[in-house]
Amino acid sequence: MAPKQSRNPELIRGVGKFSRSKMYHKRGLWAIKAKNGGVFPRHDPVAKPSPAAAKPSKFYPADDVKKPLLNKRNPRPTKLRASIAPGTVLIILAGRFKGKRVVFLKQLSSGLLLITGPFKVNGVPLRRVNQSYVIATSTKVDVSGVNFEKFDDKYFAKKVEKKKSKGEGEFFEAEKEEKNVLPQEKKDDQKSVDAALIKSIEAVPDLKTYLAARFSLKAGMKPHELVF
Amino acid sequence: MRYIEIGRVALINYGKDYGRLVVIVDVVDQNRALVDAPDMVRSQMNFKRLSLTDIKIDIKRVPRKSTLIKAMQEADVQGKWDKSSWGRKLIVQKKRASLNDFDRFKLMLAKIKRGGLIRQELAKLKKESAS
Repeated sequence: MAPKQSRNPELIRGVGKFSRSKMYHKRGLWAIKAKNGGVFPRHDPVAKPSPAAAKPSKFYPADDVKKPLLNKRNPRPTKLRASIAPGTVLIILAGRFKGKRVVFLKQLSSGLLLITGPFKVNGVPLRRVNQSYVIATSTKVDVSGVNFEKFDDKYFAKKVEKKKSKGEGEFFEAEKEEKNVLPQEKKDDQKSVDAALIKSIEAVPDLKTYLAARFSLKAGMKPHELVF
Repeated sequence: MRYIEIGRVALINYGKDYGRLVVIVDVVDQNRALVDAPDMVRSQMNFKRLSLTDIKIDIKRVPRKSTLIKAMQEADVQGKWDKSSWGRKLIVQKKRASLNDFDRFKLMLAKIKRGGLIRQELAKLKKESAS
């Protein structure tokens, strides 16, 4: 409910437009009194339930124990910048894909941004990236045909390896093989997300080559004056 | 020769109204002028803040706003300004500054393409003159 605006507009801080008697009439206090037979309605105090008889404590600590301060912090995902919306082209600034221009899909519950190259265009897979390491451009791609509902932070969690028996020689070789292979399911996910995306990218001339190219600062470019 | 005179159109080159075209409507003293423009309150300004242009309109000392606007329309100040080489340069500067990252990429592609075409023509001409 919107907070009720006061009936007494403020002329200056501390000074209202209407006097006490005028406000009495405005608020209809006379009507409340009349309804109640000439006096203000009185409500008897609500009987407070008396506290159950507390047993006297048997143990008191020798020194005063300090209570930690109250923490009412409510953790939530990082506030998404207004310039970042689904379909925005972002420039990644750090990591192995620095300089790459990628398409933003959605913000995950951890606050990280879900992005994709698309993989066929610039080699960036479905990936999470932090908002701080990204420049948002004003170029937008149409992502209405893409279904990325199923992707969340759990999808990107590292696989926990079950503890193997301690057979040394074979143990190390087996480990190495497992790490390199990407599960087929993830490859299929990438393909399905990119299929619709690439269609909307090819609809705009030069956008595909734009996404394939890396961004870099050239001579004479002043980042604080550039419009992205 | 560009003189400070009533009716001289100038460009503000310093301060809050940087880049605005104004008309000098009166001279206050040795260093200051009264300037006016259709979308601004008439105010005084130091000559050092003004860059004089070649455009001059025919007005009397301190005209009314409506008279000023009418005189500017008749003399087509904005049109003359946009056609002048100074005005055109400013427009290009503004356009360049407002380019998007994607626009800059497309510009780069266009420049490369143009360079390629020029080199093709040059090669053709060289071949013709050599033969």
